[in-house]
Order: sequence, then structure tokens, then C-alpha cells
Amino acid sequence: MTVGTLDTFPKLLMHHAQLRGARPAIREKDLGIWQTWTWKRFADEVRALACGLHADGLRRGGHVALVSDNRPRLYAAMCAIQCLGGIPVPLYQDAVAEEMVFPIQNAEITLAFAEDQEQVDKLLEILPRCPTLARIYYDDPRGLRQYQQPQLRSYDELLKAGSEALARNPGFVDAEIDQGSGSDVAGMFFTSGTTAAPKGVVHTHASLLGPARTAAEMERLGEADVILAYLPPAWIGQNIFSCAQAFVTGYCICCPEAPETLMNDMREIGPTYYFAPPRVLEALLTQVSIRMDDAAAPKRWLYRKFMGIANRVGGALLDGKPVGFLDRVAYAIGDLLVYGPLRNVLGMSRVRIGYTAGEAIGPDLFKFYRSIGINLKQLYGSTETAVFVCIQPDGEVRADTVGPAVKGVELRFSPQRELLIRSEGLFREYYKNPEATRAAKDAEGWFHTGDAGFFDAGGHVKIIDRVKDVGKLADGTLFAPKYLENKLKFFPYIKETVCFGHARDQVCAFINIDPDAIGNWAEKRNMPYSGYTDLASRDEVYDLVRECVERVNADLAAEPEIANSQIHRFLILHKELDADDGELTRTRKVRRGFIGEKYDALVSALYSGQTSVHVEAQVRYEDGRTGTFSADLKIRDAKTFAPGAATRAA
Amino acid sequence: MILSVENVSLAFGGVRALQDVSFDVGEHEIRAIIGPNGAGKSSMLNVLNGVYHPQKGTIRFKEKIFKDMDSHEAAALGIARTFQNIALFKGMSVLDNIMTGRNLKMRCNFLQQALWVGPAKREEMEHRRAVEEIIDFLEIQHIRRTPVGRLPYGLQKRVELGRALAAEPKMLLLDEPMAGMNLEEKQDMCRFVLDVNDEFGTTIVLIEHDMGVVMDISDRVVVLDYGRKIADGTPDQVRNDQKVIDAYLGVTH
Repeated sequence: MTVGTLDTFPKLLMHHAQLRGARPAIREKDLGIWQTWTWKRFADEVRALACGLHADGLRRGGHVALVSDNRPRLYAAMCAIQCLGGIPVPLYQDAVAEEMVFPIQNAEITLAFAEDQEQVDKLLEILPRCPTLARIYYDDPRGLRQYQQPQLRSYDELLKAGSEALARNPGFVDAEIDQGSGSDVAGMFFTSGTTAAPKGVVHTHASLLGPARTAAEMERLGEADVILAYLPPAWIGQNIFSCAQAFVTGYCICCPEAPETLMNDMREIGPTYYFAPPRVLEALLTQVSIRMDDAAAPKRWLYRKFMGIANRVGGALLDGKPVGFLDRVAYAIGDLLVYGPLRNVLGMSRVRIGYTAGEAIGPDLFKFYRSIGINLKQLYGSTETAVFVCIQPDGEVRADTVGPAVKGVELRFSPQRELLIRSEGLFREYYKNPEATRAAKDAEGWFHTGDAGFFDAGGHVKIIDRVKDVGKLADGTLFAPKYLENKLKFFPYIKETVCFGHARDQVCAFINIDPDAIGNWAEKRNMPYSGYTDLASRDEVYDLVRECVERVNADLAAEPEIANSQIHRFLILHKELDADDGELTRTRKVRRGFIGEKYDALVSALYSGQTSVHVEAQVRYEDGRTGTFSADLKIRDAKTFAPGAATRAA
Repeated sequence: MILSVENVSLAFGGVRALQDVSFDVGEHEIRAIIGPNGAGKSSMLNVLNGVYHPQKGTIRFKEKIFKDMDSHEAAALGIARTFQNIALFKGMSVLDNIMTGRNLKMRCNFLQQALWVGPAKREEMEHRRAVEEIIDFLEIQHIRRTPVGRLPYGLQKRVELGRALAAEPKMLLLDEPMAGMNLEEKQDMCRFVLDVNDEFGTTIVLIEHDMGVVMDISDRVVVLDYGRKIADGTPDQVRNDQKVIDAYLGVTH
């Protein structure tokens, strides 16, 4: 491949249209049938769109917002914008209107693509505060017939106008594409803004395509690979996996029919390349466990028996390590009876490379997927680094590291254990925020990740927590809250948890139960309940959770460094932590500081030895009404274990 | 006017379900029929699609007099309906249930369909496409293959609407489409009713108990009480009509 000249997304697209014009570029399930766009069709659509956008005033350096789920038209629009030297700014499609104000004002966005009525409504709602916004293109016209706003225009109209303009001036788009270079800005991604206002992370074509290419070469990705695009397009990872790497290698991107049909679509498509954050993998495993619990006794026995074998030798087989002949035979039988069908149900029969990242993954969870023969690996990266910083190479996969640095990435740790990075994939700047850019990227070009960790003996990077979250207990021992939370969350009954302990003499925790798993558990016991809040206050549930906490404590007691972090007291929150309430980020990470402040009264109750605490809160019921919830939350003690002399709790 | 009802009276023995009721329904309108329990709303709907034959009065649908018509004839004329108590085939999938709504559009004979030869195959593909469009419209892709009996109530109602839509009706009769739903399901259903009206231009006649819903989505409202029409007009007119207030809230004589 002549890498030198193919330095932008549009150039790559035209290259594929020529080289493999008849091969599938994007598929989408529509009206129950998978519809395919070939690379040629993709390129034609992009050319026409680009002409339309040019006629509507898009010029080099102009920003265009995109609010849509993964659709072929979204990707065509993004590339059309790039053809003209414009900058696509994908926004989270599940964000509320308020959250879109800042990006649109900040980037002075004039044009926006919206998938449907829902997104159009949001944009129209904030229109008075975003006077620069001159045009909103909508894809699905349903429900929009009566809308009179002059800003609205359908995607089809844009495409039609563009095709006509293209017919008049066929060479126009290609000439525009030739003007682009790798150092042009290719996209802007807004960070979820955990603490302050979101920041627009500016990436060039080179910084997105460079790492994408390096990783694709390392994993030998090619045109025969298939990926399912199901994560929000506003997240850089989705852009890398379903845009940058597809454009580099020419593989096929598949868009699910609807978010609810994801599992089914995945089974039909059988992706070979797969990314899932740990929480998705966890949800899948929870589903499998629930369904196995419901299965007939012989099936349960079979599953238990063979999962035992897989647990013992599955990972080693995948790593190519020596395994005894009898074990190989047993695993082969298990593959026929259990692992194969299970992979098929998960839609992972053809997965050659699976990545997980975003947060630490529970070792048992990680091992489960590897033991049934799915090559799941960890990687490390962030929006600012265009994802690929560390990848675990085949044969060196471990649950507690994120792997060594990818080719071309320099890593070091600051004295505070903060990971610093220098690579071709680094972002150019935070848009219109030189101060934040200087704070994140120092004069020598090192990016400060904010993650704390160290190199292990094998040269792999090990991340323990955010630098700012790593604390110390009152007695000076290490307190890494995320580490504890992850351990707790591995239990299917626990969905989310927040641990407190910095500068305190002991660790206490908030627990969010998993309503699916506990609901199923309650049904089996003939325990009627009305909803999450009701379940969360049951004594039986408290006992169940306490058992989980005590098992974690027993584990912790065996690890001398953190034995003091055993959880002494906990309570089950009366509501699920929710991104809409600001308790989780849009990528569903807990915002510990915010939660600590919001539920200050609950935290002090945990530490004051009370056995219950009164809570009053606004709650939104499932039918949409809001009401005031007031109740006494119970607080329970959990057994702790003497360090070293750990005996496993029952 | 797509439909006009003139002086219709219906009695079951001594019980006068409808007495001298007249109203009309405009093309592309959402027309509600409301009234307290036993007011004759469902009887009116059953008259409109030929289940009951009124003793007196005339019904004109698309300028055609509607005399002693059976319900299958009404369906052939372009009148589809849903039922107060869901009437779906519980053991069949969502897809198959909606496909039954295409029944009247199928032209091939039994033998052709059984052998699945040329025209039957083409026809089935056409119908499947129409059904898939409805599935897409009602956002029920994820339950396409699920037996209807396993679905929650709100979704079953949606499937029933889908089956009625499959007949591509000119006029759609909805018998308490939001009954027994929670607020969110009601909002969804309202959105679908409005979208059907907007997207396909279907005229909609609906019976509903929930006054809030009726007032929000209807263009005009007929109010029945003890089989008589007591008011007819826009939601605002009806809401402030003293007779309606009395009928709903009771009045001391």
C-alpha cells in the first residue's frame, strides 16, 4: 500500500472504491434484511454528499455536528465532510439537549446531521442558544412532516442536490480531496467531562490513521474481517474501529437494525473483530449465568463439568502453551458440547480478535471468555491517544495488565506513578482551550494520562486506578477504590459500587444491586417485589450482598498490601446510579467525587456507626412520574478477616 | 367527509344502545368517541365496521351507503380495527400475526401458496416487505420472532395496531387503545397513533376512556351518554360543555 499518498480518510475511501469496489464496505439491517453498500457505492454517496455540503456553504475548517446511531449514512456524512476539509464532530446520541449546547457553541457549528425526530427535536430546542446553527439534515423523515423550521432539510434532498451538482462538475470532489493532507484536522471528539465542561479533543488524519494502521498490521487485519458497529459514534473507539481501521484495511462494518436487536444481529453477522467494554462482557456473562441457572439439571451438570475443564486448560490452549493429551481430548469434547454452542449464542463463533478496555476487567470474567476459546485481549488508550497505546500480543495475555506499548509509542511513569505517553496518535490540542492542552501535554510532548500504574516484570503496563483517586487510609496503607469496586462488581448480583476510605480508618461501600440478577433470584424464592427500590431494601437481599462483600474481604486479606482495605460497612442505595443524574459518565464510569458529595449524609452515616439512615430524594418512577422517596436505608456490617490468616468465607 | 352517520339507532331487545346518533368523520381526521361506561361507544364502533346492523339510520362511507354490511365487507372497503381486549393469535409470532392482516390483499389460491410457485412466492415477498415496514414503523424489530403470548401488554397492543395497519386501511377504528397502559406506554401509543395519521394519512376513529389522551390527540370529539349524542366539537368546546361535565361528574337532579 502506498501509505505516503493515502494520508487522509477520503483518499483511502477512493482508493478502496478503486481497488475493491465490489466488496462490502458497510452493511445495515433494514426491514429485516441485511443491505450492503459496496466500497464503490460508499464512495459515490460520499462524493454526492460532499457536493451538497459545499453548496450549503461548508468550507475547509468548518465544523459539522453529527447526532446519530451507527448508520451507513452517518459514516458517509462524516467522510463527505472530511472530503471538503471540514471537521466532523460526532455527539453522543443519548445526550440530553442541554449537553449539546456546549459543543455546538464551542465549535461554532453551522451544519448538523440528525438521525431522526428525537435528535431534531433536541437540536431545535437549543437552537435559540446556538445561533450559528443554520442547517439540520435529518435522515428519517418520520414525524417531521409538519415541521416548518427553515433550518430543516432532509438527507435525501441534500443527496439529490449534491448528485446534480456533481453531474455538472464531476471532478470537483476529487480535486477537493487532493487538497487534503494528513496534518489536517480529521475529527473532534468531546470528552465526557467528568468534572468540568467537556473538552473538544482535536485529531488529525495522521493521528487517527497512524495508530489504526499500526494496530491493524500487528493483528493482521484484512479486507475479510467484519466488525459490528454498536457503540456510540461519538466515542473515539467506535471511530477507530468502524472508520479508521476499516479505511486502512478495507474490512466491512455492520450496523445493527436497532439497539435492542444487537445480540441477534451479532449472531447473524458473526464478527471476526470485536470490541466490548468490560461492562458489556459482564452483562453477557450475567445473562448466560441466569439462563444456566434456569436450565434443566443435566444441562447444568454438563455446563459445570466442562466449564471446570475450560477454566483449567482453555486459556493455556489459546496461549499455545503445552497441555496434556487427556486434557486436550476433554477440551475438544467440551468444545463440541458446550463452548462451541455457547460462543455461537454469544455471536462470537468467528471472533478472531476481541478487545476489551475502558476499565479494569475482573480476572474471572476475563478468564471465562478466554477459556471458551474467544481470543479476548486487553488494550489501553484514551480519546487523546487515538485508542491504541498498549495491546496485549497473542500469547502474552493476562488479566491484570494491559500489555506492552504498541510499536511507535513511548511510555514512562512520573514519580507519582502517573503514566506518560508520547506517540504519533496524540491529539493536537483541546479545541480553544490552550490552558488545558498545556496541562495535559507538556513541552516535550508527553501526554499526562492521569492513570496510575507501573511496569510489571514482563514489561507490561499495569494500571491500578486514576492518579487522583488513589488514596491512603488513615494508617497510611494504599487505598485504590477502583480495585475494590471491580472485585465487588464481579458478583452477578452487584451492578455498581462506590467505595470510600481515603483518609478514613476503614473502608465502607455503597452498593447498587443488579435488578435482573437479583430479580431472578427473588422470583425463584417466590419473593414478590415492586421494583428496584423495594428489592434494594429487603433483608434477604442485604444478606446476599453481605456474603459477596465478605468473600471479597477474604480475598483481600490474602493480599498483604491491601488487606487493610477490607470493607467494614455497606449500604444498598435506594436508586440505580444513572448518567442522567450525573452519577455516571456517558461511558458509564462512576463519578466517585460527585456521588460522595451528593450522598454526603449517607457517607457520614456509614462512618458514624448508625444502623440506618434516613434518605429523602426525588425519584423518577418507571411510568415517568416523579415523586419524593423517603425511607430508612439499612446499613450493615460485614465480617473482616485477619490479614494473612485468610479463610475463605462460605 | 369520509364517513357520515345519520340518525343511527340500535337496540338489543328492549335495551337501546344507540338512539338517533349522527356525526361525521372528515378525511385524515382523528375523531374520538368518548362517554361514561355503557354510553354506547363500543356499540357505535361495532356498527361502523359491520358487526352490528342498526335498526334505523344510514351510514355513508366514502359516499357509499352502508346497509347491512358484514364485517369482512367493511374490511374490504378499507375499515380496520383493534379490539378492547386484545384479539391476537397468542401462539404465533409477531411477524405472522401482522401477516394475517394482509389476508385480504392476498390473491394467490391455496394450491399456489402450498406449492410456493412463482406468483405465490413473489406475492409473499411483497407482503413480507409491507409487514417489515410496519414492524420498522412500530419499532418492534426486536420481537419480530417472539410469540405474541410472551409479550407484555403494551407491546401486544402495539402488535394489534400493526395487524390493523397491515390491511392498509382508509379508516382505522381503535377500541380503547390505551386501556390498562402505564403513562410511558400511553405516550408511546399516542405517538404511534399520531404518526399513523400523519405518515399514512389514515383517518382514525378512537374510543378512549382517558380524557387527557383524547383531548391531546383528537381533532374533534363526539360525546355519548346513555346511547345519545350529547356533544360534538373540538376538544376545547367539549371540555367546557355543561352536559359533558354533568355526564362525567354526575349531577344532582
